Amino acid sequence: MIAELGHFALILALFIALVQSTIPMIGAARGNTAWMGVGRSCALTGLLLVGLSMAALVYAYVTSDFSLLNVYQNSHSDKPLLYKLTGAWSNHEGSMLLWVFTLAVCAAAVALFSGNLPPVLQARVLAVQGMIGSGFLLFILFTSNPFARNFPVPLNGRGLNPVLQDPGLAFHPPFLYLGYVGFSVAFAFAVAALIEGKVDAAWARWVRPWTLASWCALTIGIAMGSWWAYYTLGWGGWWFWDPVENASFMPWLLGTALIHSSIVVEKRDTLKAWTVLLAILTFSLSLVGTFLVRSGVLTSVHAFATDPARGMFILLLLIVAIGGSLVLFAIRAPALRGGGLFAPLSREGSLVLNNLLLSCGCATVFLGTLYPLFLDAVGGPKLSVGFPFFNATFTPLMVPLVIAVGVGPMLAWKRGDLWGALQRLWVAYITTGLVILTMLTITQGGPILAILGLGLSTWLFTAVLIELAERIRLFRIPLGQSLRRTIQLPRSAYGMTLAHLGLAVSVAGFAASAFDQEAIEVLRPGGSMPLAGYTIQLERVERRSGANFTADEAVIRVTDRGNFVAELRPQRKFFPVQQQTTADTAIRTNFLADLYVALGDADGAGNWTIRAYWKPLVPWIWIGAVIMAFGGVVSLSDRRWRIGIAQRARPALAQQAVGD
Amino acid sequence: MRRLVYLLPAGLFLLLALYFALALRPGYDPHVLPSALIDKEAPAFELTALTGTGTLSRNGLLGQPVVINFFASWCAPCRIEHPVLMRLARQEKIPLYGIAYKDKPEDSARFLSQFGDPYRAIGVDRDGRTGLDFGAYGVPETYVLDANGRVRKRFVGPLSVESVERELLPLLRKLAGS
Repeated sequence: MIAELGHFALILALFIALVQSTIPMIGAARGNTAWMGVGRSCALTGLLLVGLSMAALVYAYVTSDFSLLNVYQNSHSDKPLLYKLTGAWSNHEGSMLLWVFTLAVCAAAVALFSGNLPPVLQARVLAVQGMIGSGFLLFILFTSNPFARNFPVPLNGRGLNPVLQDPGLAFHPPFLYLGYVGFSVAFAFAVAALIEGKVDAAWARWVRPWTLASWCALTIGIAMGSWWAYYTLGWGGWWFWDPVENASFMPWLLGTALIHSSIVVEKRDTLKAWTVLLAILTFSLSLVGTFLVRSGVLTSVHAFATDPARGMFILLLLIVAIGGSLVLFAIRAPALRGGGLFAPLSREGSLVLNNLLLSCGCATVFLGTLYPLFLDAVGGPKLSVGFPFFNATFTPLMVPLVIAVGVGPMLAWKRGDLWGALQRLWVAYITTGLVILTMLTITQGGPILAILGLGLSTWLFTAVLIELAERIRLFRIPLGQSLRRTIQLPRSAYGMTLAHLGLAVSVAGFAASAFDQEAIEVLRPGGSMPLAGYTIQLERVERRSGANFTADEAVIRVTDRGNFVAELRPQRKFFPVQQQTTADTAIRTNFLADLYVALGDADGAGNWTIRAYWKPLVPWIWIGAVIMAFGGVVSLSDRRWRIGIAQRARPALAQQAVGD
Repeated sequence: MRRLVYLLPAGLFLLLALYFALALRPGYDPHVLPSALIDKEAPAFELTALTGTGTLSRNGLLGQPVVINFFASWCAPCRIEHPVLMRLARQEKIPLYGIAYKDKPEDSARFLSQFGDPYRAIGVDRDGRTGLDFGAYGVPETYVLDANGRVRKRFVGPLSVESVERELLPLLRKLAGS
């Protein structure tokens, strides 16, 4: 019954979405305010209906209603409650529902929080979002119904893949989707602007917070996914260049470019066509990513159950959404003339460089991901992709980017003084040189690229701090005045500083992975092995049992020259329902380095394989990502956005009063 | 001219959509890509063995049906596939040979010491030449060769418990029986 309610709510939501995509659009063209207003109510009703539907599915999971095919295939009554909840979106159908739910949340947010938008623009934005929503609702209802029944009702379900039963992964999809789908707002704004034929500073100001918010969510989502891979897959890797990871990384790269180029539109009224194109492409890549994952066109570790009919349907969606918007772009964009001129060496110029490098990086990832497909289609030679390809192509593009991030913010708008900026960065040369020299001495000329990577990180970190010091005129005016400047600095400036510092922190984490040490030995309880100055001793292995698994748990004592450091308890879990074994690694971190221990196979004679890694700076990868996302949030809290609201809300209220 | 530049994104997307449509054509399943070599002689190869001093060659494998698996330490799906291979080797005792594709020998060796070594012998295909001859897309890929050295089946991507039960093992039984 509840499930049918969910299903009906979804069908109703489709009709609402169809209304939302047509009536406001026509209203906007004819100047009919009432028709335009329909968009808002549709968006809110749509959220209510899709929310109901989502709640119905979650309810079915929590109550283990195995008469639903989807629940039967992905859940089990013994599963802990948390994973019953998150099991609702750990499968194809449920995750599509979550996708549409997130879309509905975004549309409702546009309806609620954009009261300051010109009604015509708001109507068009909501209509475009309605179209996207209709497409995906059609997709769910026709090819991936999560509410399909299953008779006779089985006694118990097949259970969720144990690898997915993990807190890190439980919340990874919602964040990721918030990011993906959040870019739909920027997309809708871009399409609306193309229809209107007007892109100006105000437009950029409306788009930016939405882009920024989605970017933050996506950053967190990707970081969570990578962290999950790090601690569950049991070999310490944190990025695989897997097609599904790339599918989330590409919109992130373009989204980052979009955040930067929209600044140029806002401040200097130029780069308009490019920014609109970026907004379209960013969301398009989210869609393409969805297509790649769901259609089975590429083989991947994460691939969902695939079905050609679904692939065809999403391809049609892609053609309508991406093809349609790009054709619109081709027709309308030539009319978008930029205003401000600028010299190549200027803030604008540096942001163009940023965009160029990020888009090229994205193109590389795109090619690398689709290589097998392209080469198959043209009958060309088969090439392998993976680490060798991406290390050779992507990294060289990111190195100049990181160098430039240090200099760019020091340049003035219109015409910058590169030489002056480079002179003011003298402290950064010293710190970078010091770090490189120190590392060379410590490692005796060790992995040179990794050391240069650490130098790169130091360069960026120092340069960002110098830029902040310049802003507050530290040491040039009395400290008290500097302090006052510190307080008065807009939050968006701090946001940028934080995000760039976060990047520096992450870069250090990436680079330092070359210094990893590992030890793998077959140990008898009581035996020990050395690792990076520590002694790893296997004390005993215990048998434990959980709600839906049994586990072998090793008790491992880590000592440093006889001094106790930590007790680590890695596990190997066996899930009887799926006949599957997973490894739970144990990680001890002091935020400078991780000690990472995984329990391997038993040899039957009482010996256990123990794998241990010492991974310096690896936590910084995720700490950096969190700092970046936090920077985004700080920037979002900038008064600029709220002042914009107040200024525009007042005349609107005044008009209303007159109307009354 | 200026207009053409603006048409470029749409044009590029059209090409992409065509490719996608091609990839979705009926009967195309990326998991069972046909190999141009099916029922033909496997390309000759002679590779240095990863351990010891011998070589792994096609001619050395003649006389019994064998399974050849291309893998690499840098390949994530290979790690996913690995437990399946271990089971094939330990429980089913099938003759499984490995080719370390575009991988440093020390990395391959470390990978195997970490997760176990399911292979009877491993050839080092450092420059990927043998993989190219086989028409491998990347790794992992698995080929079944019959006693006469002819390619009978190709698996692209990680072998799963299902594909092993449904296709690989029956095929091997058939080949061993005939």
